[in-house]
Amino acid sequence: MRLIQFREALREAMCEEMRRDERVFLMGEEVAEYNGAYKVSEGMLAEFGPKRVIDTPISELGFAGIGVGAAMNGLRPIIEFMTFNFSLVAIDQVINSAAKMMQMSGGQYPVPIVFRGPTGNAGQLAAQHSQNFESWYANCPGLKVVVPSNPYDAKGLLKSAIRDDDPVIFMESELMYGDKGEVPEEEYLIPIGKAKVVREGNAATLISFGKMMKVALAAADEMAKEGIEVEVIDLRTVRPIDYDTVIQSVKKTNRAVVVEEAWPLGAISSELTYHIQRFAFDYLDAPVRRVNSMDVPLGYAPTLVEATLPNVKRTIEALNAVMYR
Amino acid sequence: MAQKKKSEVTKQGEQNKHSLTPDKKAEVYDFPQETYRFWYEKMLLARRFEEKAGQLYGRQKIRGFCHLYIGQEACVAGAATALTKDDKWITAYRDHAHPLILGTPARAVMAELFGKVTGCSKGKGGSMHMFDKNVNFFGGHGIVGGQIPLGAGIAFAEQYMGTQNVCICYMGDGAVRQGAFHETLNMAMTWKLPVIFVIENNGYAMGTSVKRTSNVTDLYTLGEAYDMPSEPVDGMVVEEVHLAVARAAERARKGEGPTLLEFRTYRYKGHSMSDPAKYRTKEEVEAYKQQDPIEQVKRRMLEKGFGDEAYFKQVEKEVKAIVEDSVQFAEESPYPDPSDIFKDVYVQEDYPFLKE
Repeated sequence: MRLIQFREALREAMCEEMRRDERVFLMGEEVAEYNGAYKVSEGMLAEFGPKRVIDTPISELGFAGIGVGAAMNGLRPIIEFMTFNFSLVAIDQVINSAAKMMQMSGGQYPVPIVFRGPTGNAGQLAAQHSQNFESWYANCPGLKVVVPSNPYDAKGLLKSAIRDDDPVIFMESELMYGDKGEVPEEEYLIPIGKAKVVREGNAATLISFGKMMKVALAAADEMAKEGIEVEVIDLRTVRPIDYDTVIQSVKKTNRAVVVEEAWPLGAISSELTYHIQRFAFDYLDAPVRRVNSMDVPLGYAPTLVEATLPNVKRTIEALNAVMYR
Repeated sequence: MAQKKKSEVTKQGEQNKHSLTPDKKAEVYDFPQETYRFWYEKMLLARRFEEKAGQLYGRQKIRGFCHLYIGQEACVAGAATALTKDDKWITAYRDHAHPLILGTPARAVMAELFGKVTGCSKGKGGSMHMFDKNVNFFGGHGIVGGQIPLGAGIAFAEQYMGTQNVCICYMGDGAVRQGAFHETLNMAMTWKLPVIFVIENNGYAMGTSVKRTSNVTDLYTLGEAYDMPSEPVDGMVVEEVHLAVARAAERARKGEGPTLLEFRTYRYKGHSMSDPAKYRTKEEVEAYKQQDPIEQVKRRMLEKGFGDEAYFKQVEKEVKAIVEDSVQFAEESPYPDPSDIFKDVYVQEDYPFLKE
């Protein structure tokens, strides 16, 4: 199968959906003439023209709201945030408008919109450009939150997100845009809300999503060298969460570790831990462990980055802890 | 904080007074009887409906926040006759008069105020979140200024689909101090979106007078920063509202983009039901009541021979009956079933909500 980059997979998803449905358009900062801050939308202006690939001023609150209004009135916008760090000035429109409109209007005004862009750290970008708001958005009913980890999933999930009639937050990573992966030529969709067991094992269940899947898989590789087979689950979607896949696995392995880039308090890891203790309590042989970023803003220096983010070493320690090794 | 002196309060109020159209005579305006009757009947309906809503709030039949439009009715009625059925409407949370004047049944609005399932938002929105797709009303919105980009987005969709429709987007004078207002005006003008921005300047953002919020108190001039055609309008004179909206709509339909209109108006009641409105004087309120939009229309109809005392009596009677019927309907309607909490949150019918 052909190998393409993560950014190409996203671009293919958007282009295919725009060819399929005239109502789909892309709007954001530098998406058109600059060909995308991270080249995700490269060539799209040339194919679709300025009516459907639209550069905005630096006004996230304004263009997020314009997207929601357009969605209320029959279009299917894709709104790109250059990063989700900048979505904070637009969060009123995401939470108070996109997520609420269907309910407040008694079902009269659904909002079929996708807000997409990179999330999390991307090297030494310091505190304001290195944040994870997956759990913030996932907390809010009315939204769906998708965080893919590889090009194949990214394409299939983004196509589903664009076709979804509900608002979808779609979170990528600057550090993954250049990743290559197998993506078939023929069309496919991946349903939102379904996790994937990407590596089978019996020793423990290791759950992650987004670019932390790399850490999870590397840790599982290391454990395998010692003959320990860890089951690895890629959540792919953090609202809704596919709890069934998680619980089924934990019932088999009796141990669980969650790896997540966000801060620990009120995180997806906390949510999973609640759910595991509630629905697999009698199956657990050890307390669930988690590996999150440290409870601090990310500093610039490489030593600070290393000391803050989840990594393979900490993940292996957590796995050993739940296995009492 | 030190108590404001009464003279200061009066002074601040006065600067919001408009004398744009001092006591215009009937012959200045050339509208047919049918239009005048629409204005009178709809404005009176909104007025009597809200007077009743105010009473029912006192009796706790209506709960939550409730913001009355009394005094501002011309701001909607004049626009309604200047636009077509296919044009789109959106506003903030002072939103009872918009659907009523657009044609949403009074029953559905009253039932919504009561929180009944027969309400225009199925009892999920209440006073601040009236919605009615049947009349192209995109709702009442609760975050000050939040509806401004939405209105531009609604207009964006009309432009994208190549229709001739416009969106009229209302906001209060408080909303113009939000970033959303400025970001949206800039983009709407850059992209020539078919949107009419309307500031309902009633002089006070809750209890803070316009003058206390900025050096720029002629709010229409804010549009000039974005080269947007902008003008002040006497919001107590329904004919002036109609003419201004018609001009703005024509510009939008020709592809020339948005307009900013500052309707200078006044609310007779407090910001919400809990507001005793101590920040303004009785004299100021009285001065505006002298320019009451409904009384003005009635006066000019009499002058033009578009209605006699029998007509006005009849309308009063019919409006009273509609309002009473709406209350009875709301009283007798059921509340939403508790299981409805899981409906209308997602389009996806089998969304797996967390239940413990």
